[in-house]
Amino acid sequence: MKPAPFAYVRAENLAQVFDLLDEHGDDARILAGGQSLMATLNMRLSAPEVLIDINHIDGLSDITNDGTTLRIGALARHSQVLESADVAKMAPLIAQAMPHVAHQAIRNRGTFGGSIAFADPAAELPAVSRAIDAKILLQSRNGTRSVAANDFYLGLFETAMQPDELLVGVEVPGIADGERTAFLELARRSGDYAIVGIGVQGRIDGGTFSDMRLVFLGAGDRPILASAAADVLNGNPHNDETVAAAQAALDADLDPMSDLNGPPEMKMHLARVLTKRALTALAA
Amino acid sequence: MPTVSMTVNGKSVSAEVEPRTLLVQYLRESLGMTGTHVGCDTSQCGACVVHVNGESLKSCTMLAAQAEGADVATIEGLANGDELHPMQEAFRENHGLQCGFCTPGMVMSALDLVQKNPDPSEQEVREWLEGNLCRCTGYHNIVKSILAGAEALRG
Repeated sequence: MKPAPFAYVRAENLAQVFDLLDEHGDDARILAGGQSLMATLNMRLSAPEVLIDINHIDGLSDITNDGTTLRIGALARHSQVLESADVAKMAPLIAQAMPHVAHQAIRNRGTFGGSIAFADPAAELPAVSRAIDAKILLQSRNGTRSVAANDFYLGLFETAMQPDELLVGVEVPGIADGERTAFLELARRSGDYAIVGIGVQGRIDGGTFSDMRLVFLGAGDRPILASAAADVLNGNPHNDETVAAAQAALDADLDPMSDLNGPPEMKMHLARVLTKRALTALAA
Repeated sequence: MPTVSMTVNGKSVSAEVEPRTLLVQYLRESLGMTGTHVGCDTSQCGACVVHVNGESLKSCTMLAAQAEGADVATIEGLANGDELHPMQEAFRENHGLQCGFCTPGMVMSALDLVQKNPDPSEQEVREWLEGNLCRCTGYHNIVKSILAGAEALRG
């Protein structure tokens, strides 16, 4: 047997999930797609007493679009999000990032909500959620609250989600007319977590940047919004001088940690390279 | 121990297993179907790819209990007696395997590709295989095999 022993419950509804979370607290784990959790269990990096399988709860997989807001259910599979015309139209940055999320057999199983809740700082979807101002919907027995993605990621694998809460979906404001997007990442193998990646959303009207949002993955303990670089870009023309100033401004935005991929200096270099490429792609 | 029941290659099966039993262990150890291989246990290598309810996934990161009631297809279900499935035949004809360890996962991934995209380009095959690792690095012939298998299946 690979994992340590645990009890398994196939939850039929949310009330049952909240009862189990009350009863077991930190000893319980929510099992959605399992593409991170099962690997950590197999390696015995984690040994929960109870797994609460939410895959059979109705109503958590839908992707809906009311014309102004896109809502992605927590259990929507990556492959479902990748193929969704609503996602491509309302949140093109998600559609651009999704092919970078692992590979087909994992995308068939892994869930949108699971990736957000796991909050890996090198993962694509948490980073994108910040760039597009998503709202994370957290439900408990006491109701549902909405937390801005900008307030959701608190540290390494740490989020604002409370132990009695379940992430049930994500709401995304539809992209405004004229806004452009670009997503790029560098990884050693296709489908791996990024060494560094960037998501950008904003405008270039008459060659001048505005409303720019740049977010980095793999460049800190959580997805990082590069506000100093955005400030440098907004109101300025797309040219070599502006791009160089934005690249320089990343010193104020990013403080990457050393990891298996390399030292902070290498990550800063790659972040600047990706910034230039992403701005070029945005202007194309 | 709880009993887990599912359909594997069209046959109803049932076995008592511990909750922590992975789908791949259920197939290999409870049912004795060792065609599905275990490489990494962490969803990276693709040796354990099977189809569950028609979609490819990695059976090392799904619990057997999660497949309760599901329709599972493995490499054992492809051949018709002694007659190989066209995709298996294409792997044989094109020398699409060296040590053979990754082959079951390669074939099952390839079949998911051709059911979604019956006429893939070489580039599409290569991109599709990003989740299947061949440590012999025999990718060229694997890609050739899948293109030939897809052609045979188109008829």
